[in-house]
Amino acid sequence: MKTGHLQLQTYFNLSRIKGFFKRDRRNSGYDSRPFLIMVQKEITDSVRSWRFIILLIIIFLTCLGSLYSSLSNFSEVIKNSTGENSFFFLKLFTHSDGTLPPFFVFVGFLGPLLGISLGFDAINSEQNRGTLSRLMAQPIPRDFVLNAKFVAGLILLAIMFFTLAFLIIGAGLIALGIPPTAEEFLRIVSFTVLSIVYVSFWLNLSIFFSVKFKQAATSALSGIAVWLFFTVFYPLLINIILKGLRPSQYALPRTVYIFEKLKFGLVQIIPNELFSEITSVLLMPNIRSLGPLTTGQVAGAIPGALPFGQSLLIVWPQLTGLIALTMLCFIFSYILFMRREIRSR
Amino acid sequence: MDNIIEVSGITKRYGDFVAVDSLSFSIGKGEVFGLLGPNGAGKSTTILVLMGLTEPNSGKLSVCGIDPIRNPIQVKKKVGYLPEDVGFYEDYSGLENLVFTARLNGITKSDARIKALQLMDKVGLSEEKNKKVGKYSRGMRQRLGLADVLIKNPEVIILDEPTIGIDPSGVKEFLEQIVELSRKERITVLFSSHLLHQVQQVCDRVGIFVKGRLLAEGNIENLSKHLFSDRNCLIEGEIESISSESKVNNRTADDLQQELQRMEGVIKVTIKDSYFFIEAVTDITANVSRYIISLGFGLTYLKKKVFGLDEIYHRYFQDSAPV
Repeated sequence: MKTGHLQLQTYFNLSRIKGFFKRDRRNSGYDSRPFLIMVQKEITDSVRSWRFIILLIIIFLTCLGSLYSSLSNFSEVIKNSTGENSFFFLKLFTHSDGTLPPFFVFVGFLGPLLGISLGFDAINSEQNRGTLSRLMAQPIPRDFVLNAKFVAGLILLAIMFFTLAFLIIGAGLIALGIPPTAEEFLRIVSFTVLSIVYVSFWLNLSIFFSVKFKQAATSALSGIAVWLFFTVFYPLLINIILKGLRPSQYALPRTVYIFEKLKFGLVQIIPNELFSEITSVLLMPNIRSLGPLTTGQVAGAIPGALPFGQSLLIVWPQLTGLIALTMLCFIFSYILFMRREIRSR
Repeated sequence: MDNIIEVSGITKRYGDFVAVDSLSFSIGKGEVFGLLGPNGAGKSTTILVLMGLTEPNSGKLSVCGIDPIRNPIQVKKKVGYLPEDVGFYEDYSGLENLVFTARLNGITKSDARIKALQLMDKVGLSEEKNKKVGKYSRGMRQRLGLADVLIKNPEVIILDEPTIGIDPSGVKEFLEQIVELSRKERITVLFSSHLLHQVQQVCDRVGIFVKGRLLAEGNIENLSKHLFSDRNCLIEGEIESISSESKVNNRTADDLQQELQRMEGVIKVTIKDSYFFIEAVTDITANVSRYIISLGFGLTYLKKKVFGLDEIYHRYFQDSAPV
């Protein structure tokens, strides 16, 4: 009797909730089906395009190359390792015999290229083909166009990076003959997620340029210019500034500390730097800190690997910074796109 | 609600430039309305405002009883819009393009396909349905555009310069298709053009649009009556050719000229060979024919000069020309 009453009540509550959702949908005037259709179309377009196939080949070859270079003298790694915390699987991503950079460095280098090439003609090609104004005439909110482009890129990147990471783990299983530990697996997955965030920053940046510039070539070039600026010119600039500020050998420890802090702080706005800091901490559990440490801080520390949670805590600010940069790019392109008047061609 | 499109006092400025200046007009259900004006008159801007794609600085409007400024998505459900120089996804077939549009309008996949096939047939593209749009000709694209607009079962279709770049026979066919649709399915059509002859052929009413202002609206007959009421009536004709010496009922051609000159309302008569031109205060064409025949002359043709869109167009554009 009592259970029946309860069931009835639950039923009523459920139906009310359902009704609420239905009403909500109707009031907002649109549903999400067109959005999914647009995302589907974007993914299909990308996968079919030559550009994506070429990129896929490049990334795949890179993955193979770095895997080869890390496995070719892996016996050295095994010989040199001591104790339980040797993290063989993580070494697959970070170790190299010197002929080719390891995988995580490759991602840091090729990621921007991947992101830029996925997004640089997102909006302006639709505009130039005259399809944007036709799309705008359909009963969909305007931001669907932008969001669909971004979400489609994100899904593609996620599939690609997870595939690569799992392929490397698989190759490692065969080569090493031992399964990864849970912590190694967690670290690898978080590295993969991080790579997706990092590349999606460049994707968003290039989408922003594609909203801003009418010509696809201009927007691609601007994306590459930003990438070059951050990898080549900005570090150079910082070096010049820091050279002038370098304290003398006999300066107070406090001054040296402040100088080191400044040196560390100035590079924190470079997305590549953020990425390489986070990945190195995540993939090398022995790293205990990113910024400068005073002797007092180091005193009493026991050398050894950090647990996953602690490594994550170290890079939390960097991670937040990278996500913030990504969001910033998206917000700028959003504002620019929503306020734009769309005319045919 | 009789008028499907109601616009009152719309103004749209871009910086200092006034693209549309306090525009007001209304279009009834099932009407074919032509927005006529030179390039840069503000036709496209007006259409963008109607679709809710840009916001006017002031004024009120409603399309299908909905305010496109506040509710653009609802308007877009009921209004099909063919932009100027429409583009399609080039590496998709015509059919795939249509199905995509249909699905964005909430039609299910299977229904979308059926509907798209029907429409491709209707606009005469059923042969090319699986061909990539990149290989379509300009005329075929335009017809695909019409199908694209119709796939959402619109109450109103708005076409921005739909006939640009199509050859004359294609234009005629395309326009006939639009008119047929409008008549058969009571679809309201608004289209903009700077080519007056096309507008003249198909529109129930036209609005003449210059420099952001609607200078006149109405059907073509009314427009010319309204515009040229202050003008004299021009009649031209030809009589059976007679040499200058020969006489008909004792009258030479010169005599005829004098006789005509004496008629009531006639201002001026000129005769050149067998042709004559009469300028009169009112329309006296019937009287002239009766009179000439009663005098015994053979009348081979007689025509009252009607002011068409050409004259209307030129007149307005002259008036609006910078002084």
